[in-house]
Amino acid sequence: MRHKRCGWYFNSRILIFPVSILSLIFILGYCHFPEAQEETFDILLRSEETPAPPGPPAVHDTPYDSGESITIQWELSSDDGAGKNHVTGYDILRSETRDGEYQLISSVTKGVKEYVDTSTKDKVDYYYRVRARASEFFADSSPSEAVQSKQQWYNPERSNLLAIAVILSFFIILYISRAKRGKKLFIRRIAGLEAVDEAVGRATEMGKPILYVPGIQDLDDVQTVAGITILGSLAKTIAKYDTKLDVPVSRSMVLAAARETVKQSYLSAGRPDAYSDDIVHYVTDEQFGYVAFLDGTMVRNKPAACFYLGSFFAESLILAETGNSIGAIQVAGTAQPAQLPFFVAACDYTLIGEELFAASAYLSKEPRALGSLKGADAGKVIALMFIGLGVTLETLRVLTGSPAIAKASDFIIRLVSLRF
Amino acid sequence: MRRRIPIIITFIVGTALIMAMFIPHTPFSSLDENLSVYFDIIAVFAFILGGGNLLRVHLEKIQKKKRDWQFSIVTVVGFLFMLIIGFFKVGGPPGLSGDFLAEGSWFRFMFEAVFNPLQATMFSLLAFFVASAAYRAFRAKTKEATILLIAAFIILVGRTPIGHYFTSWLPKQLDFLHVPTLASWIMGWPNTAGQRAIMIGIALGVIATSLRIILGIERPYLGAEK
Repeated sequence: MRHKRCGWYFNSRILIFPVSILSLIFILGYCHFPEAQEETFDILLRSEETPAPPGPPAVHDTPYDSGESITIQWELSSDDGAGKNHVTGYDILRSETRDGEYQLISSVTKGVKEYVDTSTKDKVDYYYRVRARASEFFADSSPSEAVQSKQQWYNPERSNLLAIAVILSFFIILYISRAKRGKKLFIRRIAGLEAVDEAVGRATEMGKPILYVPGIQDLDDVQTVAGITILGSLAKTIAKYDTKLDVPVSRSMVLAAARETVKQSYLSAGRPDAYSDDIVHYVTDEQFGYVAFLDGTMVRNKPAACFYLGSFFAESLILAETGNSIGAIQVAGTAQPAQLPFFVAACDYTLIGEELFAASAYLSKEPRALGSLKGADAGKVIALMFIGLGVTLETLRVLTGSPAIAKASDFIIRLVSLRF
Repeated sequence: MRRRIPIIITFIVGTALIMAMFIPHTPFSSLDENLSVYFDIIAVFAFILGGGNLLRVHLEKIQKKKRDWQFSIVTVVGFLFMLIIGFFKVGGPPGLSGDFLAEGSWFRFMFEAVFNPLQATMFSLLAFFVASAAYRAFRAKTKEATILLIAAFIILVGRTPIGHYFTSWLPKQLDFLHVPTLASWIMGWPNTAGQRAIMIGIALGVIATSLRIILGIERPYLGAEK
């Protein structure tokens, strides 16, 4: 065959020999070296199996936090939920230099497009890459911009909580100052607290002791604090009547506080001689060990009156039913909503939730404490107004379907949704 | 001055903790956590006070042979026995750093073979007390008690398979009368509304009490009201 342009003769048969030799070498090499075999397959398959990389990550310091946290967001790979749909997850890689070595810090499953890195140091530059994984194949995004984590001085997400706290505190302090100036405040009658004198009187007449249980929680629980405050007022009455008081406690710190409170009450009642350190005594921290002791005490000593004022859990009904079985007059109070039905069913009087916190002010009749109750009532009025407004707007939203009302309703929900 | 200093400390710490709710910056961010650790440390030391009080009360009872003094022997022996086998890790791994609850230790044995069954026994009493309290509470003596009884009956039946069969024959239009639907409605609406009302009251009560403590109006931690 003669090449038309070059003008020289080209015999195609000449090529058969070298091509055959090269093919033979390739086939022998290919069969002999499995790595080469795999590599060749890899080269052939990579384009098929490698997922599309995710979009470049958008990074920012996590807002309103105490630092050491960076939020990374990315666009999902086009093979996640679509395309080949074979992405199994994403790896989050981090480096302190843009072109440095990226370390794996965490992995997330497919479909996730945000990760909060809480292992950062403040004021240090970080770069992130997100790697889409599909079995052993992967594809990295381009690196992010540099980002630093830092602490904030104010959390605006809690602005509504701050506003509520300020308004409530304002009303409470306002009424306290009014009470201090001598303004007479009306406080509704609380039956359970009116019964205190009756219970003490009954115990005195019967010559039997009074059992007081300030709950099973420690002094860091506000219910225990309320229980000990009520104990102070009650102990004063008991000291005047010269009745025996028994206060078994389940926490050592409650022991110290309750003992001081009772001692002070006996002193202020003019009966220091009637006081004994044994009035308040420690039993055990264990919930049911404490209950076993109290049940045994009730059955053996048969107190004429039992007071359960504080934080209670599963033991509430065991105590109240045992007290009921011995015929004691029982006054209970707790802010544990789940325990209230048990106390209501088994006790003569129950202080429901807020009444427990109002009790100390109610019993002491101290004007400033009474003022704080009126302030809390103002909070209730505000809460009622918002409940009324919310219910009205939601009802109107359902009835009319108006977007304006829906917007207003959503605004109210956002306004009163507290983030702790 | 003896009273004023604790009140000033309470005011400063209370105010700082309120501020910590809104300021995520150090030192406020870790204030709550750190103060909880301080509390735990104080509580550990206070436990010595509690244990000492327990021993004193019961030893005195035994010594003076007061009423039921025999029970006090059980208390003191149990307390000291658990204290010693736990403190010296009897039967457990040697050395100070070993776990006192390690496999084979006496403390673990006592905990699992004595303490846990006793606790379970006390807890199981609840089942009987629930029955007796329910019997008393649900007696239809008044209008309110009758409503309570009906509501309780619907919920009890509605939460069991038999409740489903009772009214499964009702036509679709009367589905709202199906017992499980009624039970869910009672739990989801009147019950939730009541619970939320109580919770709002509790939250306001806690705020008022906390302010009284921070402002020094109420100070049970000082052992006196005034």
